[in-house]
Amino acid sequence: MADKRTSIDDIVGELRSGMTIGIGGWGSRRKPMAVVRAICRSDLTDLTVVAYGGPDVGLLCATGKVRKVVCGFVTLDSIALDPHWRAARQHGRVEVMEVDEGMFFLGLQAASWRVPFLPTRAGLGSDVLTINPDLALVRSPYGPGHPYLADPADADVELVAMPALHLDAAIVHTNRADAAGNGQVLSPDAFFDPLFLGAAERRFMTTEAIVDNGALADEAHPLSSVPIHRMLVDGVAEAPGGAHFTANPPDYGRDEKFQKEYAASATDPAEWEAFAKRYVFVDDAEYKANVAERPQ
Amino acid sequence: MSGTMSDPGVTRAESCVIACADVWREAGEVMVSPFGTIPALGARLAKRTFSPDIVLTDGEAALMVGAPPIAARPAELVREAAMPYRTVFDVVWSGRRNMMMMASQIDRTGNQNISAIGPHAKPKVQLVGVRGAPGNSVNHPTSYWVPDHTVRTFVEQVDVVSGVGYARAAAAGAGATRFHQIPRVVSNLGVFDFETPERTMRLRSHHPGVTVDEIVAATGFALSIPDDVGETRLPTPEELELIRVVLDPGSLRDREVRS
Repeated sequence: MADKRTSIDDIVGELRSGMTIGIGGWGSRRKPMAVVRAICRSDLTDLTVVAYGGPDVGLLCATGKVRKVVCGFVTLDSIALDPHWRAARQHGRVEVMEVDEGMFFLGLQAASWRVPFLPTRAGLGSDVLTINPDLALVRSPYGPGHPYLADPADADVELVAMPALHLDAAIVHTNRADAAGNGQVLSPDAFFDPLFLGAAERRFMTTEAIVDNGALADEAHPLSSVPIHRMLVDGVAEAPGGAHFTANPPDYGRDEKFQKEYAASATDPAEWEAFAKRYVFVDDAEYKANVAERPQ
Repeated sequence: MSGTMSDPGVTRAESCVIACADVWREAGEVMVSPFGTIPALGARLAKRTFSPDIVLTDGEAALMVGAPPIAARPAELVREAAMPYRTVFDVVWSGRRNMMMMASQIDRTGNQNISAIGPHAKPKVQLVGVRGAPGNSVNHPTSYWVPDHTVRTFVEQVDVVSGVGYARAAAAGAGATRFHQIPRVVSNLGVFDFETPERTMRLRSHHPGVTVDEIVAATGFALSIPDDVGETRLPTPEELELIRVVLDPGSLRDREVRS
């Protein structure tokens, strides 16, 4: 069985400018922040970021890595709006494909299932269709009297054809994994991480700890806590604390104090420069040291 | 504690809680996903009184037993089933939900905006994003809560249609109208619905202490106002005790709406 262990630097080394990159997690929860910071200090540029957006989106926008964002929202959860994202949007520095968060899920699902689109009511009548004029509708082929028409009210119904969201690469962070690429989520929601991986050409996972193959499930943690199987993963890097400052229970909760500093750094260029110098343009060891030595 | 039907001490926030709770009267066994402190209190009050079958989430990824106090810590909650986001969409699209979202703007035909103020390409103010509003509004009853009713929140036309109103749903066809319903809009001033022939916003009741003229002045479009429009009902003594003593002894409700 292949040993897929790799490093954060090697993961970022496989990315290219202009790529479409999916980032797992949701809002300010279980985001692969160690990889996000590594992208921020790389020379990558012109990225399209596909995410249930949190500080991953804000940080990548603040460092000028992003051409376009595909999302349904960007939030820090305990802080409703990410001010870095807000600034990037209000200055017109990034394009956005803003869709309903369920349409977003269907886009990943369609890519993962290798179909060009999936139909949904979500989006009908809303400005999602006007701000994204390339989104198309699809008419149900089951008209009046058709034997497969279950409900006459749905005869010939027009629905949104949510296109597949194909990703060049996807990155997720889990609580535990093995060297083969199986991933365990010990917090209550796996979000859409398996679908991000399923929609991508190159699939990467960072994790709090790598354990032996077969050792992820035990009496306290049934196999249902392992939603990511190794057919979805090309590389796995051990990255303890790799989701900081987003929430990654039970290993750690959100670092609310740090998140406030992150948000406050958007207030003026000098604040941002100081924050970036200390917490972004430094390697992982120095980041951890700088986080640890802050006054508590 | 005084708690008579004519209790002069009923606060504005408490009237809002009652108005929200009444949204879920006879809602049945559906998931209620309230955004905001006062809708969350309303949902818990409804579950403890006239709508015991409604289903509440823990704000994370589970359904919770009972209707605990609003400030209960996660460790104090008892959970009955898993509800990760992947499953939430099964609930939304099957229609087993009756929710209340917030609105940064809402307009005459019930369009809601939580995406951006100004042009979407380069917003004057970037908001959180459309989130699930487009899908929610055409799949299950979706009401709205606006804690700051002004001409800037109740507007003639929202800047970015996130939640879909009646006119936009009708223009989009049967796929959009089939399950579309906006039962109520609740603000800090009154309660509104769309029960007019043109499906435009109508004043359903004004909260105690608020005049119809105040509501008209704070609304940026022509409201439909029935001649016999009355006050939002007062809480019963039992309801008032549940709000004040059981569900929100720390008065978090007053931080969202002041009297």
